[in-house]
Amino acid sequence: MDPDSATAVRVAAAEQEALISGSEAVAVATRLADVDVLTAYPIRPYDTLMQYVAKQIANGEQDAEYIVAESEHSQFEIAKHAEAVGARAMCGSSGVGWCYAFEAIAVTPALRLPLVAMVGNRALDDPGAFGTEHNDALAARDLGWMHVWVDTAQEALDTTLMAYRVAEDRRVFLPCAISTDGAFLTHSQTLVKIPPQTWVDEFLPPYNRGDLRLHPDNPITIAPQVNEDWLMEIRRQTDEAMRNARGVIEEAYRDFRRIFGRGEGNPFFEEYRTEDAEVVLVGMGTLSMPVKVVIRKLREQGEKVGFVRVRWFRPFDHERLGALLSRFRAIGVIDRDFSMGSPFNSGVLANEIRATLYAQDRRPPVVSFIAGLGGREVTIPAVKEMIEQTRRAAAAGKAPADTQWIGVRA
Amino acid sequence: MDAKLQVPTLDSPLPVLEPIKGVKKAPLEEYFTSGHRTCQGCESALVMKLMVKAAGPRTVVLGSTGCMYVANTTYYSTSWVVPWMHTQLGSSGSAAVGTAAGYRALMRKGKIKREPINVISFCGDGGGADMGLSAISGALQHMDYNHLILLYDNESYANTDIQASGSTPYGANTTFSPHGKAKRILHKRWKKNMAAMLAAGHPECRYVGTVCASYAVDFMNRIRKALSIGGPTFIHSLDPCPKGWDYDPMLSHELGELAVLAGIWPLFEVEQHQLRLYGKTRAIVEGRQKRLPVRDYLMKQGRFAHFTNDDIDYFQAKIDEMWTRWLIPGVLPFSTDVLNERPPA
Repeated sequence: MDPDSATAVRVAAAEQEALISGSEAVAVATRLADVDVLTAYPIRPYDTLMQYVAKQIANGEQDAEYIVAESEHSQFEIAKHAEAVGARAMCGSSGVGWCYAFEAIAVTPALRLPLVAMVGNRALDDPGAFGTEHNDALAARDLGWMHVWVDTAQEALDTTLMAYRVAEDRRVFLPCAISTDGAFLTHSQTLVKIPPQTWVDEFLPPYNRGDLRLHPDNPITIAPQVNEDWLMEIRRQTDEAMRNARGVIEEAYRDFRRIFGRGEGNPFFEEYRTEDAEVVLVGMGTLSMPVKVVIRKLREQGEKVGFVRVRWFRPFDHERLGALLSRFRAIGVIDRDFSMGSPFNSGVLANEIRATLYAQDRRPPVVSFIAGLGGREVTIPAVKEMIEQTRRAAAAGKAPADTQWIGVRA
Repeated sequence: MDAKLQVPTLDSPLPVLEPIKGVKKAPLEEYFTSGHRTCQGCESALVMKLMVKAAGPRTVVLGSTGCMYVANTTYYSTSWVVPWMHTQLGSSGSAAVGTAAGYRALMRKGKIKREPINVISFCGDGGGADMGLSAISGALQHMDYNHLILLYDNESYANTDIQASGSTPYGANTTFSPHGKAKRILHKRWKKNMAAMLAAGHPECRYVGTVCASYAVDFMNRIRKALSIGGPTFIHSLDPCPKGWDYDPMLSHELGELAVLAGIWPLFEVEQHQLRLYGKTRAIVEGRQKRLPVRDYLMKQGRFAHFTNDDIDYFQAKIDEMWTRWLIPGVLPFSTDVLNERPPA
């Protein structure tokens, strides 16, 4: 039997399927990853993760310290300090809860603590809104956290395992945030393959903090005052770690494919029907569903359209993404976020794409869209409109200067 | 003993720390040594030294932002012989829980050796009594984790330029509450009663105490008790601060004593629900020691130099009230009398 077939047989024999939500998929992953310390504090939609964890703990299916904290700030601080003594930890939040923890979030990368957190993406309310918006996670985009956006419950489970593998690699030792769109992913159930423990153990080595573990046998001083004498060198080291993460992510996905038999393609972004596409849309998270539906329909009518879903936002694969996107005649970037007063009044992703393309010899027009804020549905007609506008930019060889808000009342 | 006073799951191993019988029996080893940049006469530096001397080498210290972080740990030097880690200003409670929880999980799962490790998390009055109060309260509810939170109280944000905190005494001159021509007194808040608040509000917590490093052996023995009793514990230390209180650095020890002898800083502990006054405080209550007038304490400090006789009288009346009207004198207010004292205009 050739190796591929052997893997297929192994997959069929050993994986179980369960109908679970994105949050539950992450909870299952924390059990498989033998996470030592989990901290909880309620805010919708992220809190569903810890509700599932609580059940696993209560039913004796998971052996971990499960701590209900008194604020998001404490939740992240508890998890951070658990990581410092060499315990694998998980926490997370949503919306303004993530902002409440921001002080702890800001210091974790420089401490080189590989904490993994789930963000159940949610609007920053006021005004009150539970729905998906990416500004919560994106607020931390520049701080040294790795950020990955997932699309399905299966990807949520798999990516949680990969996040620990990458974050805990000594070449990286950086925290990782897994963004899951609130409601669309956190609360929607799909069939998920749950791998056997042996595969996870083969893939994910124990968290080894080595000579950085805070313990009486290793009396080190962590995070002293460095001031202008050393801060820049430490920032540079953190930057180096983020650069290293690109290669480590590749290795992790390669190993994941070998052991689990899934996860094809570039880890950093997913390409959908891009092979001969003339125009593509680019976006992150669950808006891929309506976009893919429209593209499938248009492809049936012979239209050359495609979609690129950015998975790893930090580190950003500017080289390959730039090379890919420069092939097309025009690009439409859908932001489920905003960045008021930014260049071209765009969302965050659109300007990242513009910056990425600048290094390319061929720079197709970029149309930037803002859509689906606060959990508003990105509808089929809305996607069609965005593709149409992108096609017009391709024909004109020029994009509108300003950002287009899609599906918003006049 | 009443079963409900037991820690629910005392599964993390506890250290055996015998009481120190007199200053000559104190361990010679130092775990907080040279390399720090604290001010001359800094009582908080002595608190750090006594704290880890009492705890011993199998100790991990977490320090939230404040003087004892900034002055003690300049990169490429450290005054800590035991492992030490910074935590955020309001995170002393969370740092203690996270560290203790990490060890507990790793020991239970056999990932590290099972042994007693003392976890001490310290905070200043800004970090503890103001910003970190919620996290400390949370920490004192999680009975599975053995740790001590020590609040070193120099009664201001002393590291950032002496700003008023919730633990600054009434009327004190700080950079956020200077006395001026129109307003003699800007800081009108009465000092928070942290130890009693936490003891009263966290009924399962097995040890809460107040200390003063002027009484070094008493101080170290309370650290030892808090670390060996199990579960989360809290100690509040009053630390005279030459810079913030504006006095000659040679008087730090004396000012600590005066705060106790004037009845301003009662020494007490709540051990498994049992309240006990100790040291000179107990002597005052039992009539073996005369309670000194607050004037003797206040007038040695520049931060009260603007006080008029009315201000001193008001301060005295409030302290008298602690000892004559409080439901539990010196510890808990809830007087049943109508209070007449008002701040002087």
